[in-house]
Formats: sequence, C-alpha cells, structure tokens
Amino acid sequence: MSAWLRSLRSRRDVLRTGLGSAAALVGSVALGQSATHPAGHTPATPTPPVKGGAHAGHGNNLMVGKVDHARNGFDPMEVLTDWDTGQVSRLPSGQVLREYTMTALEKDIEIAPGVFFPAWTYNGRVPGPTLRCTEGDRLRITFNNHTSHPHTIHFHGVHPAEMDGVPGAGPGEIPPGGRFVYEFDAEPFGCHLYHCHATSLKRHIHKGMYGAFIVDPKGGRPPAREFVMVQNAFDTNFDGGNEVYAVNTVGFEFARRPIPIKKGELVRIYLVNILEFDLINSFHLHANFFNYYDTGTTLEPTLRIVDTIMQAQGQRGILEFTYKYPGNFMFHPHISEFTELGWMGSFQVVEPVNYAAALREAGVDAGWDRRATGGSTAGGRRA
Amino acid sequence: MSTPAPTGTASSLWGLAILPILLLGAVLAYLVATGGGLRSLQGPPVEQVKIGRVTLPERGLIQVQLVNDGPQAITIPQVMVDDAFWSFTAEPPGPIPRLGSATLTIPYPWVEGEAHRVALLSNLGTVFEAEIPVAALTPRLDSSLFARFGLVGLYVGVVPVVLGMLWFPWMRRLSGRAMNFILALTVGLLVYLAIGTWLDAQEFAAELPAFWQGAPAVALIALIAVGALLAVGGKRREDEAPLGLSYRIAVGIGLHNLGEGLAIGAAFALGEAALGTFLILGFTLHNITEGVGIVAPLVKRSPGLKQFALLALVAGGPAILGTWIGGFAFNPVLATIFLALGLGAILQVVWEVGRLVVRNTGRLGLPVANWSNLGGFTVGVGLMYFTAFLVKF
Ligand SMILES: [Cu+2]
Repeated sequence: MSAWLRSLRSRRDVLRTGLGSAAALVGSVALGQSATHPAGHTPATPTPPVKGGAHAGHGNNLMVGKVDHARNGFDPMEVLTDWDTGQVSRLPSGQVLREYTMTALEKDIEIAPGVFFPAWTYNGRVPGPTLRCTEGDRLRITFNNHTSHPHTIHFHGVHPAEMDGVPGAGPGEIPPGGRFVYEFDAEPFGCHLYHCHATSLKRHIHKGMYGAFIVDPKGGRPPAREFVMVQNAFDTNFDGGNEVYAVNTVGFEFARRPIPIKKGELVRIYLVNILEFDLINSFHLHANFFNYYDTGTTLEPTLRIVDTIMQAQGQRGILEFTYKYPGNFMFHPHISEFTELGWMGSFQVVEPVNYAAALREAGVDAGWDRRATGGSTAGGRRA
Repeated sequence: MSTPAPTGTASSLWGLAILPILLLGAVLAYLVATGGGLRSLQGPPVEQVKIGRVTLPERGLIQVQLVNDGPQAITIPQVMVDDAFWSFTAEPPGPIPRLGSATLTIPYPWVEGEAHRVALLSNLGTVFEAEIPVAALTPRLDSSLFARFGLVGLYVGVVPVVLGMLWFPWMRRLSGRAMNFILALTVGLLVYLAIGTWLDAQEFAAELPAFWQGAPAVALIALIAVGALLAVGGKRREDEAPLGLSYRIAVGIGLHNLGEGLAIGAAFALGEAALGTFLILGFTLHNITEGVGIVAPLVKRSPGLKQFALLALVAGGPAILGTWIGGFAFNPVLATIFLALGLGAILQVVWEVGRLVVRNTGRLGLPVANWSNLGGFTVGVGLMYFTAFLVKF
C-alpha cells in the first residue's frame, strides 16, 4: 500500500504508468473531487514579500539573514574594487617589477547567511586577491602553502613551462609547508584568471582556489568605474552539483546591497567565470546593452550592443556600458536556475549629486569609490 | 554445591542494589566532564534530519515538519524550493536540538497539480530534500470530506468483506474435504497478508526518524502481539472456538485494512485523489477473499446475521478509521505501530487456522502436506497475488 504510494511520488511516474486521464476522471467523479487542473490553469496567489526582503524585486526568492563579512575577512562589495597591484620597484633593466605574496590557507567561509563552506583559499578569501599589473611588467609571486594539501598557482597568460603551476612542470605541486616563487612577464593584456591546478582539479577549484588576474594594456583603457566580478558557486554537500551561486562568493549579496553607480558614467566590468560542475554561465544586464571584449585581449569590442553574453568554464571578458536612467537595475545570468540560487544582484544608478548618499547606503566609503575609478595600473589615464 | 545466600537487613539489601547505579553515575560524570580520554576520536559533525509531513495548508504556503534525529543540534539557515532560495520562518526559531522538531513555513506560490521539491540547507551545507508529488491543498477536517473519506474506507474495507461473506451459504453445502480446502485457502491468503503487512510496516518504519529504530520495532511489536493473542487464546473454552477464531481473523484483517486505509488517506492528502480512487477499485476486488477467510471456520454453526454484521465491521471498519487518520492526521509512528500489531494478529490466526487444517486433515486420515491442502494454500496466495496486480505499479 505505501509501496504504491511511494511509487507515485513523482508525477512523471504517474504519467509513465500510462493511467490515462480516463481512470483519473473516473476516480475524481466517484469522489466528487475536482480533477487535477492542467498546469498553470489555477492561478496561485503568492503571499506578499517579507518586509526588508530582496531589494531587486525578486519577491521571496531570497536568502534569510545576512552574512558576517567581518568574520569572513572579506566583503564581496570590497572585492569589486580592491586591486592588488603588488609591491612595485624597477629592475636594473628598467622593467617594472611587481612582487606579490600568496598564501594558501584553509578556512570556513560563510557563503550564504548561516551556511559555512570549508574552503581552500588564497590569502584567506574567495575569490583570491585580484592581481593587477600592466602588460610587460615582471611579476614575482611568492607562494606559501600553509594547508594540509599540495597546491599550485596556474596563471592564464604566456609564460615558461616551469611557471605553469601544473603537476610535472617545474616544481609541480607545492607540498604542505612548501614555498615557490612564480616569476614571468605579464602578457598578453586582458582579463585573465589564476587558479590552483593540483589534482583533483575540480575539487581544488570549487573549494575556492581562484582569482582574477588583470593585465592592463600599456596605454590603459578609457577612464571608467571598474569592478571585478568572479562568477563562482559552491557544492556544499560535495555531490558534484552546486547549491549556492554567486559573483564574488556570497549569494544574493548585491541584491541585498545594490552596487552604486552614477548615471551617465562609463562602467567597466572584468567578468570571470570559474564555475565548476556547470558548463556555462552567463551575464545579462537589465534595461541596457553593453560592448563586450572577449578575454579582454583587444581594445576594440568583439561584440557590440548586446545584453547577454555567455562564458564557459574558465572564460572571461570585459563589459562596458553606461546607464541612461537612474533606478535599480538587475544583473544576473540568463540561466534562471543560477539566478534563483543566489547569482543575482543589481546596480543602483543615481544622479551624480546623490552619489555620496548611495555609497553610504551600500556601506562603502570614499576609498572604495577611488579604487573603482582609479583602478588601472597603466600610466596616462588618471584624470 | 550451593551455598545459602547470606541474609541481611533491608537497608543493606537496598545498598547492594543501588551501588552499581551510583558507580554508573560516577563513570558517566567522568565521561561527560573529561571526555574519558576519547576526545581525539571525535570525528567531523554528523548532520541528520528527517523530514516528516510536508503540507500545503493554503494557497501560496508550504509547511515542512522536521525532526533532528542526528547526534547533535542542527541549524537550517536556508531553504530552497524548486532550486530557488526562498524566504521562510521557523517555529521554533534557532538551532534544533537532538530529537527536537521544528515547522518551517515557506511563502511559495506552488502550482496546483504540479510537482515541487523542497530542500533544506544546513549550516554545514548538507541538503535534505522532500518532494511534493502533486501539489493540492492539504485537506482540512470538514464534514463533507470526512464523509467522503469514510465512504472510501467503506468501499475498501467493509464492502468487499461483506461480499466475500455472501459465499457462506455455498460454503455450508461443501463436503468436509472441500471445506478443508477453503480453510487451507484462508491460510494462504493470510500468509500473503502477513508478508504484505510486514513490508508495508517496514516502509512506514523507514520514514521514521532513526531513533525510533523502526525495523526492529516492527518485528518486536508483532512478536509481542502474537504472544499476547496466543496467551489470551489459551484461556478459551473449546465450544466457542469457531466464532472466536472468526473474530480473531477479523481483528487481524481489520488491522491490516487499517493500514490500507492509512495509505489511501495519505494518498488523498498528498493530492493523488484521482489515483487513489483508481486504486480503490483494485483494493475492493483484492479484499473480497478476506470475507471468505473470516466465515470459513463457521460453516458448522449458524451464528446469526448480527454476528456476521459485527464480523464485517471488525474486519472492514478499521479501513474507514485508517482513511480518516491517513487523510487528516497522518503519523508514520502510529502507522508503523498499527501495521506491526496487524502483522502479529495475522500471524496468530495463521497459527490457529493452520491448526484447524491440521486437525481436519487428521480426521480425514490424510497427511498434513497433501495436494488438497497445498492446493488450497496456493489458490489463497494466488488470489491475493494476482488481484494485487490491480494495485501495484
Ligand atoms: Cu589546490
């Protein structure tokens, strides 16, 4: 008896058993109950949204509570603009030398309010620091492994084989307690990424060992308000599928706290997709169209006036757009599943005079604003 | 050689009884306070939650009842419905202690007739899922639905038993040998019911939180029920045996039918009304043999219409009760207990009717394992088995 109950647990099974609507109808008539309505014919009345709920108008599709960014040691809003340009000096040859320190650390991070993920991190944060430099700079990255597993840093870009950060090349995997200095010239310019390439690769990536790696062209790019968005996700129960999706780690963070931008100013987004388990991610902007620079290796857009782009695993690019109207505008992948599982946020577009107030509302300071507008390491573009 | 037990005062006797308990207390206190030197054996936390009932009390609302049957407290900070994070409130809020329960209320615009999936995300990222197979308002206790559910129980339980009893006049005209065949047939169908009831009880038991230890509980309850019924049976006078036996068969079948009612009622509550009704047709046909089994011991008596009515009520009535409980207040704990009791009752009557068959066979001067008995048994099992095709998928 309960055996048949269970066998009917899925509506698909019901249909599969081939019990036609005739049997169903007989049953309903016999009991005087209304027959099952065809899908969508009964309008369901949604309950009003919870007070203080999603800013961006997604009703009750939200996470309950707030993430403690201080405990995490990083804030997705701050991650948008905190470029790590390294310790800068010059080599005898005159070449710019940028020195970075990256430390692998194990850390439980809060990826959704009240939900903790046992992450493997670079410098205790996910995504790791946004390394930024200019094409042609000499990069020297000291990597310390303070975890109980071997790790590497694999940079996208052009470099010698022994600097590739993969098992079997150069030092290969850096063991626990180990140290290695990756050193190479930054090329080509573009929006790149780095990640751990230790085996098993999937686990080292989805556990959090990745970050954006931005190489500015020598001449810089036109002045703009710049953000870095790393599309990521977390498999919290380790079943090979993600539970929480986000940009910069925390689900719905930019729905709770929309990102302030000014009406009429050029916005540039360095977009990186480091999603595991799902083949494709995407980015859709509301009430606007943007120019897209695939991989960021060109100064001319590779796609013009589009409102959605897609990125496979490891793909990235640069988006440029300007808002014509003030208001709250959503951005999210046009993969609705990811949207509803946390990868959704919005821009708060305000008149320039209201910008200081908007910054306060988002909980960021003038330093954040300065980093957003003065991000490029290339000379000749700071106004 | 046994030495006489030393006699002592009452107080020293109590002292001897209490001493181990005091020492046990000391050991437990030591373990709690110091970890007993086993701290390093403690592994990562284990999270375990049993989702009980998922109900749709009104449009746009889902309620989930859950029990924490893991070893430590658990927090459910986020809830997903159909792969979307969703707002919710928990009652009581906060961490759920071991063996504690909570009710989550989710304002979700569910769609009538469609399937939905609820997933609870723990603070350590564990996911617990529950399915709503076919969304429909959870039936609320009102008189018309109460009456309709009663009608379902009547169709499934009382009607087939009464119809089966209508073979009684025909059975009375059968020879002793043919009648023995019918009794063997009764054993067959009771054995089928025993196996079915055991399996159903195990399925409900599997739904229980782990601490109920459902699987062994079913076996133990059934064993104790058999023992109790046999003990009661031992006191009976010989001359009232046939009617008494019929009543005990009726009780066993009644408890079995209660289980059927529970399942059907729960199916309606889960929104599978159309299918539930289709199955009712099958159950009615399937259960018709039960009436034959109940009256089989009575062929040499004429107990009167009143007794027949009572027997039908005892065997079939619980289906009505089961449908009400299943539809309005489904509780897997009660379901498991009832089915386990039913199993015990059925086993006890298998024993009694089996003895009757053995006795009759002896009177006919035949060995117990003869083709007639085996044939009756096989037909009994076969009837149940093949009519069950209607209700299995
Ligand atoms: Cu790694």
